[in-house]
Order: sequence, then structure tokens, then C-alpha cells
Amino acid sequence: MPWLIPRGLAAALALLLFLSAPARAQEYEALLPGLAGGFAQQAETVERLGLLGDPRAIPLLQAMADARLLRLADGSLAPQQGATPPEGATLIRINNRVRGALRGALGRLQLVSPDPAERSRAAEGILRNRSAADIPLIEAALAREAQPPIRARLELALGGARLASEDVAVRREGIAALGASASPEARGQLLAARAANAELLPDIEAAIAAIDRRLQLRRAAETVFQGLSLGSVLLLAALGLAITFGVMGVINMAHGEFVMLGAYTTVVVQELCRGIPELAPWSLPLAVPAAFLVTAAIGAAMERGLIRHLYGRPLETLLLTFGVGMILQQVVRLAFGAQNREVISPDWMMGTLLLPGGVAVTQNRLWIILFALAVLLACFAAIRLTRFGLEMRAVVQNRRIAATMGIRTGRVDAMTFAFGSGLAGLAGVALSQIDNVSPNLGTGYIIDSFMVVVFGGVGSLMGTLIGAFSLGLLNKVLEPYAGVVLAKVAVLVGIMLFIQRRPKGLFALKGRAADQ
Amino acid sequence: MTSQGLYVDGVTVTFDGFRALNNLSLLVEPGELRAVIGPNGAGKTTMMDVITGKTRPDTGIVRFAARDLTKLDEAAIATLGIGRKFQKPTVFDALTVFENLELALKAPRGPIACLRWVLSGVARARIEATMEQIGLAARREDLAGLLSHGQRQWLEIGMLLMQEPELLLVDEPVAGMTDHETEQTAALLRGIAGTRSVVVVEHDLEFVRALDCRVTVLHEGSVLSEGSITHVQADPRVIEVYLGR
Amino acid sequence: MNRRLVLMLCVLALAALPAFNALPADHPLHVPDFLVSVVGKWICYAILALAIDLAWGYAGILSLGHGAFFALGGYAIGMHLMRLIGPRGVYGHPVLPDFMVFLGYTELPWYWLGFDWFAFAFLMALVVPGLLALVVGWLAFRSRITGVYLSIITQAMTYALMLAFFRNDMGFGGNNGFTDFKELLGMPLNTGATRAVLFYASLVTLVLVFWGCAHLTQTKLGRVLTAIRDAESRTRFLGYNVTRHKLFVFVLSAMIAGLAGALYVPQVGIINPSEFSPGNSIEAVVWVAFGGRGTLVGAVLGAFSVNALKTWLTSVAPDLWLIVLGLLFVIVTLLLPKGLIGLLRRRGS
Repeated sequence: MPWLIPRGLAAALALLLFLSAPARAQEYEALLPGLAGGFAQQAETVERLGLLGDPRAIPLLQAMADARLLRLADGSLAPQQGATPPEGATLIRINNRVRGALRGALGRLQLVSPDPAERSRAAEGILRNRSAADIPLIEAALAREAQPPIRARLELALGGARLASEDVAVRREGIAALGASASPEARGQLLAARAANAELLPDIEAAIAAIDRRLQLRRAAETVFQGLSLGSVLLLAALGLAITFGVMGVINMAHGEFVMLGAYTTVVVQELCRGIPELAPWSLPLAVPAAFLVTAAIGAAMERGLIRHLYGRPLETLLLTFGVGMILQQVVRLAFGAQNREVISPDWMMGTLLLPGGVAVTQNRLWIILFALAVLLACFAAIRLTRFGLEMRAVVQNRRIAATMGIRTGRVDAMTFAFGSGLAGLAGVALSQIDNVSPNLGTGYIIDSFMVVVFGGVGSLMGTLIGAFSLGLLNKVLEPYAGVVLAKVAVLVGIMLFIQRRPKGLFALKGRAADQ
Repeated sequence: MTSQGLYVDGVTVTFDGFRALNNLSLLVEPGELRAVIGPNGAGKTTMMDVITGKTRPDTGIVRFAARDLTKLDEAAIATLGIGRKFQKPTVFDALTVFENLELALKAPRGPIACLRWVLSGVARARIEATMEQIGLAARREDLAGLLSHGQRQWLEIGMLLMQEPELLLVDEPVAGMTDHETEQTAALLRGIAGTRSVVVVEHDLEFVRALDCRVTVLHEGSVLSEGSITHVQADPRVIEVYLGR
Repeated sequence: MNRRLVLMLCVLALAALPAFNALPADHPLHVPDFLVSVVGKWICYAILALAIDLAWGYAGILSLGHGAFFALGGYAIGMHLMRLIGPRGVYGHPVLPDFMVFLGYTELPWYWLGFDWFAFAFLMALVVPGLLALVVGWLAFRSRITGVYLSIITQAMTYALMLAFFRNDMGFGGNNGFTDFKELLGMPLNTGATRAVLFYASLVTLVLVFWGCAHLTQTKLGRVLTAIRDAESRTRFLGYNVTRHKLFVFVLSAMIAGLAGALYVPQVGIINPSEFSPGNSIEAVVWVAFGGRGTLVGAVLGAFSVNALKTWLTSVAPDLWLIVLGLLFVIVTLLLPKGLIGLLRRRGS
């Protein structure tokens, strides 16, 4: 257990003082007056305070470094509050040597601060320091640190500190420790250490290679995550289409505008909730049913009022719905303005999750993946398990027979279209979290969503799922090589070539049903 | 194997696990008239689809005039001399009777050829003759969309004749026709056979009897029985299938 | 006969515009400059409408990507116009257009070679859209992609081209496209005389294209296309290779669209990637639908009337234009399936 072997006075002191708190408190009090002494005494006191590890010293040392530390009339020390020092107080002056000592001491002290943010900052500081003298300190901090991100930084710092050691064995340990990480910074440290460590070169090269392997894996994992994220967005946008186009055969070019309306519903719900503090954090969950209902109602109205008259004439339906989309877009632009609307994400969706192996995953995208899968499951359930789903399938398979069985086919059509439109609204809620909410939000997604439906196979939810995720992944895998635009173009061309071989998509219906 | 007739052997077609055709074999001699009957779902229409290239068989051989039909598309099969009349009469509603027949007339089919096409006196005479034959001469300038159901059936048969096919596939030609029209149709088909092969798919046993030809009974995608109409009607398996349900 | 007379009168009325423009400004019959250039633009749109109508109205191919063919034709002529600027650019480079100097090009990309000749550029304005239509059409038609699928594929095509042309490293000026043209065929642009020449060139082209389309639809090919539109599979069983016929008319239509674009760009003096935007293509489809598809007069009428409405409305109430355009889509599909022409004919009989 190498970290228990004291390496010089500093470590001994640090360890001892961590173990005996009362003794530490006394020594702290005894040291304080030294801060007001001559420059040499100041520097020594600062160093000793740093090694002592009492967090009470932090504000004082910080103030000293900022040239705000006062010696009050009663001889005690305190940071200056306000613009002018109180009566009888004198400002404590420092020189560059003291300043250097302050930087080191503050870094050390903050390492044991109760505040995680401060510890994190300190870890960064000590990471840049790269001095072998820090080894025992970092070891001590590591022994009590529980937070994984800070631990990761400390371990990196420890590796760097060891690399700076005089002792070859310690340096070798450092190389091995750095090589066990997956951090580009560790890689940089190793690269920099190559010149000074000719005798350890094979170890360093091996460690760099190990890091590279891990970094590559991490990049792959992150690409997969981005692909899944894009796929889930495509899935959400395409699910509604899979219902309206895939099941009903109605091509709805206003689908993208329904997505946009879902996003604006989110904005409105958020505005409404703002006045009520109890509701404010729940505005997003509340927006989910609201957006579904709003877009479903508009969809139902559009089906009954317009689309119904054009059944069996898909090209006319396409033009009609495009026109409706245009109107919706312009109406929203006039009502809400052309500029982007801000949507606030709730706290539980913010931030980044660090998965094992250092894979960074943004929380909101993770939530959207889960949301998309939940919506997909709900779709399956609605179609397979409910009375409405049964009637819908019956009407799709044979409208006339369904009608003779007493199913009101007109109502089923309206409800199916409303369902598909509602799904678009849900997509809008999700998109409001990651994209700009503007009147032309939907236009960017409509072509991609159609591609998903065509690729996956019209009329198959399974096809939509697999289509969405494979197109999402393909896009993100191609992006590093081809750039965003060319990746998109390549995917479009790829789909065109794909439907050469399978004109009906991945999950094709065959036989008589496919002829309609 | 004949070199000119239609030769179908071991053809199987599956749709999502359902076997529409199951090891179907059929031989139609040049100039033969053949009736194909069978209950709904026996595979009659699928058989037509396979011969005319609409559906590709999973396995099996389909040959006509020594050519492998499974490798050709609909247009190529049609130019090879196989004409098809659909169950539901399909004519071009936006074109006149005359134009419908003109399109069917055997002539080069490419886009440039069509662009430079000039109707010759001989061709016009042929179209006129066919219009007489199908009784639509008086309606030559009318849009096909305005014709009655029976007239559409006849127009489609007329279009089939304009193609001068070696083999005619006729799907339920007398559906919706009066008895008189049915008799006329039977006579017409009997007259066509002899110079060309004709395969008629039909439900109407009276009509089949009037055709007076060899009959093939399909059941669940394969041939159940084959022979004269009296032979087939006496076959216990046929009775079982038709009456046992 | 009567119809032909009306058409000829319309053409004559259009032809008179630049002549009246040449009258002195205080003359009561003087036509302002902007009207000549606006109507010149509409004539190009009418040619585009004819192209769309030929494919959609007659052969049932609803392309939502004809704007791409139009834009490609425009880019081809635009490249020629850029080459003619020569050393008169802002950077004064003897060979390279300004945007290339700005982006650090050292020499002209290979695909710009030849565009200093007008004949070559003009040929490319036809060949490039034709080739694109050939490839896309061949891929689509041979795998029997029809109806809305084809519409979506063509829309994706123009969308992909738009994204591509927005890129600077394509060598087509990125999102600024081409502008600041100086001359064409030795005539300085932006003079009344040049405007008149371009106007007449467009008008003559419109008449020729109209006449050619009218002739084509009267041949047996026209009837085959109608047959394909109404019953594609039946046409196949008659022995017609539907793929080839559709490809023929699609490529022809794309080339006409390219021609329209080539006439358009010198008149408006700019071409940029927004011409590829899917909305442009579908707007052009609505001209045809509104005028009356399946009739050539309808396509031309639609292009003129919708664009006249647009020009007027965008000046008096710009916010309303998109709503009115959207309503136009709804009205045409629900109430006027045969367009204005259908309405006029019903009145007439």
C-alpha cells in the first residue's frame, strides 16, 4: 500500500492532522497571526496552513490572494466587506512569493472542502500543477473523495504528479495509472513525458495505445448514442406518419406543422404554468397530454372537414395537406412571431450523465429516447389491445365488411387521423427540448420522416422503429467522414438505391393486400 | 415439352406463408381452348399473374414459345404474344373507343416510335373491322368511360384481338353479361381458338359447357382434375371440393 | 378556331409590352420597367408550368422536384454569366469569380471549364437537368415507384440538392449563389434593350414549347401517356414498356424546366440555393393545378394568374400571401379539380 508510506514531512503532517481534529484546530489558531508577519513568515504560514487542511482557512487565504485581507484593530484577521476598510484596519500586503504559496495552499485546502464544486475546482488546479510534492495530498484526498467525477480528476492528477517524481518506480506507476484511463488529457501528459523518460518509453507507448483504444471505443459509444438520439427523434416524428400514411394511406404533408404545433403547445403550457409556482416544474409533463389533445383535435377537424373528400386521390390529398401546412405555419408565425421561442427544460432533464468508460450522455436526449420508446409501446398497445385499435384494423383490412359489422367507419377514420396527428404533437413536445421552436420547426423533419416510413415499410410500426434507428445511426456514423450535409445526401441516395431492391421497404406487405 | 404452347411446371407462389400456388403444372397446346375452373382462392388469378409476369414464382418453370417467362416483365411478355383480359374490365376511360383499339394494335411500342406513329390505311381498316366485330362501330368517337359494363368487356376483348396474341388469357369474361351476350362470347372465343391458344378462367359452368373444351380444375393452388367437362363433373374429388363445403 | 385566335391575341398583347415600355416615360401608354421584367419572369414560370403539366397532367408523374431542374438550368447560365464578369469583379481577379477568390481557390474547378462559351452553357442548361431526371427517373420508374412515393422521392431530391448547393466547397458560391452579372452575348444587362431581348426570347420559347407540347400530346405517344396515367398496369399488359415512356417524358419535362431556368436567371440577375427549396417546386405545381392540369392552356394561365396574385398581394399584404397560397391549395383540390380552365369550360358550355 504505497500511499501509506510517508514521503517526507508534508505527508506526515497531512495524515496526522486529518486524524486528529482537535490538535488541528489548536494549530490553526496558533498559525493565523503569522499571516500578518513579514513576507517570509507569511509564505511559511501559508504553506503550513495549506498542509494543515482546515477548511476555515480558505476564505482568509482567498481574501489574501485577492488583496482583501484586513488586520482589524483588535489584531484579528478578516476579509474586507464593502468598498472601504473599517476604522483602524490595515490591509495585509503580499509579494509574488507569498502569492505563489497562496495558489498552492488554496488548491490543497479546497481539495478537502465540504463543497463539491470547490473540491472539483481544486482538483482542476492541482491537475495543472503536476508536482510530485502533491502526491500524498492527492492520495489523502482520494481516500475520502466519494464523487466519481472528482475522483476521476484526482486520479488523473495523481498520475500526472507521479510522472513528475524523481523515482523511476513511482513514474512507472504513474504511467500505468494514466494508461488505465480514457482521457485525452492523460494522453497529452504521456505524450509530453516521452522526452524526459527515455528509459520508460515502451511503457508510455503501451499506455498511449491503451488510451487510444479506449478513446476509440468511447467515441464509438458516443456515436451510437447520438445515432439513437437522432433515431428516437425520427421515430417520434415518423410514428404519426406511420399511422396516417402507413395505415390509412393518407399522405399528410402538414405532419411537420403538427409537430410544430406540439412544440408551441409546450411553450403555451409553460407560459400558463409560470404564474403558479406549484405547477411550474410540471409544465413539461403537463404539455404532453395538452399537445396530444390540441394536435389530435386539429387533425380530426382536418380529416372530417377536408381530407375525407379526397379519399382515393392521394396526389390531391398531398397538395391539400401541404396547403393546410402552409396556412398553419403562417398563422403561427403571425400569432407568435417568426423568431425562436424559448422553452425551459426542467432540472431533471438538464446536465450530462457520465456513463462508465467516460461516455458523456446528455440527459435530455436520454429522456427523449425513453419517451420515444414509451410512445411506441403506447401505440402498439392502442392498436393491439383497445377497441379503437381493433376497429381501426378492421376498417383498414376491409372497409365494407367493417361497415356491415356496425363499425362507424367515418368515425374510425377521424379517430385514426386524430391519433396520428396527436403523435405528431408528442413529437413536438420532445423536439421543443432540443431544437429551436420556430414556425418552420416541422419542415426540417417531414422529408426525413417520410424516408423512415418508406424505408421501414409502409404500414408496419416495427418497420418504423427499425427504420428510424437505422437511419439515425447511419446518419451519425457517416457524419464524421462526410459532414452533416453530405451524410444526409448520402442517406437519401442510399434510400433510393435501397428501394430499388425492396420497393416496399424493410417490412413489406405481400400479396393482395399490397396491391391497394 | 412443346416449343410453341404454354408450359407451366412445378410453380409455387407464397404470400406471407400462404401458398397461393402449390406445385402447379399445366400444358396448353398451340391453338387449344382451355377452361380453368375452381372455387375462390384456388389460385386462378395468381396463375394468370404468374404467366403474365405480374407475380414472380418462388420456384417452377413457366415457358411460352420456348422463352422463360419468369425472367421477363409484363411488357416483354405481352410483346411475346400473350394477351390478358382482366376480371374487372380495364379500358382507358379518357380515350375514345378508336384510340383504345389503336393503342392495342400490334405496332412498335417504344416512345420515339409512338411519337412518329402515323396510322396507315391498313391499320385503320383493321381497327374498323374489329369495331364491327365487337359491335362498337357506332361509338368509335365516344370516350370509353361512357360505355356500359358489357360494352367495356367487349372493348377489352377487341383490344386483345388487336394485339394479335398467340395466347389469350381471359379472366371471367361473361361476368355481368346477359345470356345472349354470354352465348356470343362463347362463340367468339371458340372462333379465336384454333389459330391461337385461349385459356378461360370462369365460374359459370354453363358457359364452360358452351365452350366445349378441355377443363382444368384448380384447388388450393394445384390441379385437382383435368379432362372433358363431363369427366370433371363426375370426378368424386371435384364433387367433394365443390359440394363438400 | 376561336380558341386559337384568343391565344394569338394573348401572345400579341404580351409582345406589345416591351414596345410600350420603349415609349417616353410621360406617354400615357408607357409601360414601366418593372412590369416588363415581372412579366418576363412570369413567362419563364409559364414554361416551367408547361414542363410540370406535361409530366403530371398527361403522364400522371407528379414531381415535387421540378424546381431543381429549373434551378440547375439557371445555375448553368449563371456560371456563364459569372465567367463573363471577368476582371470586373470586386477582387479584380482575371479568371476567378469573386466568391472563389474569397474562398481561396487558386484555379477554376474542372467542372467550370467550357462555361465561358454561351453555347456550351446553354447546352448544359438542358443536359444537366435531363441527366439528373434520367438517373432519378430510371431508378424510380424501373422499381415502379409511382404516385405519392415518386412525389416524395423527387422532393427529397431537390431538398438534397439544396443542402448540397448551400455548401461553399461545392464551387457554386454557397448560400450567396451567383449575382452581379454584367453582360450576356455582348449586351450589358439591366438596359431596356437587353430586357426587351430577353423578354422576347422567353416569349418565343414559351410559344415554341407550347406548340411542341401540343403536338406531342396529339401523337400516339400522348395517348400512351394518358393510358399510363389512368391505368399503368393495363398499359404494361398491352406490351408498352411503361418505364421507357415515363422516362422519355420525364427527361423531356426536366429539360424544358432547365430551359425556363436558363431564361429566368439573366432576367432576375441572381441565382442561389433557395431556388431548390421544396416549397418552390410545390408552388409551381399549384400554378398548374389552379390553371387546370392536363390542359396546356391551363398550365400557362395558372402560372400567370397565381404569380400576378402573388406580385400584387406581397406588395399590399405580405403577411397574407402564404395563407392565401395555402387556401389556393385547398380550393384547387376540393372545389376546382379541373382548375380555372374547367370552370371556364363549364361556363362556356
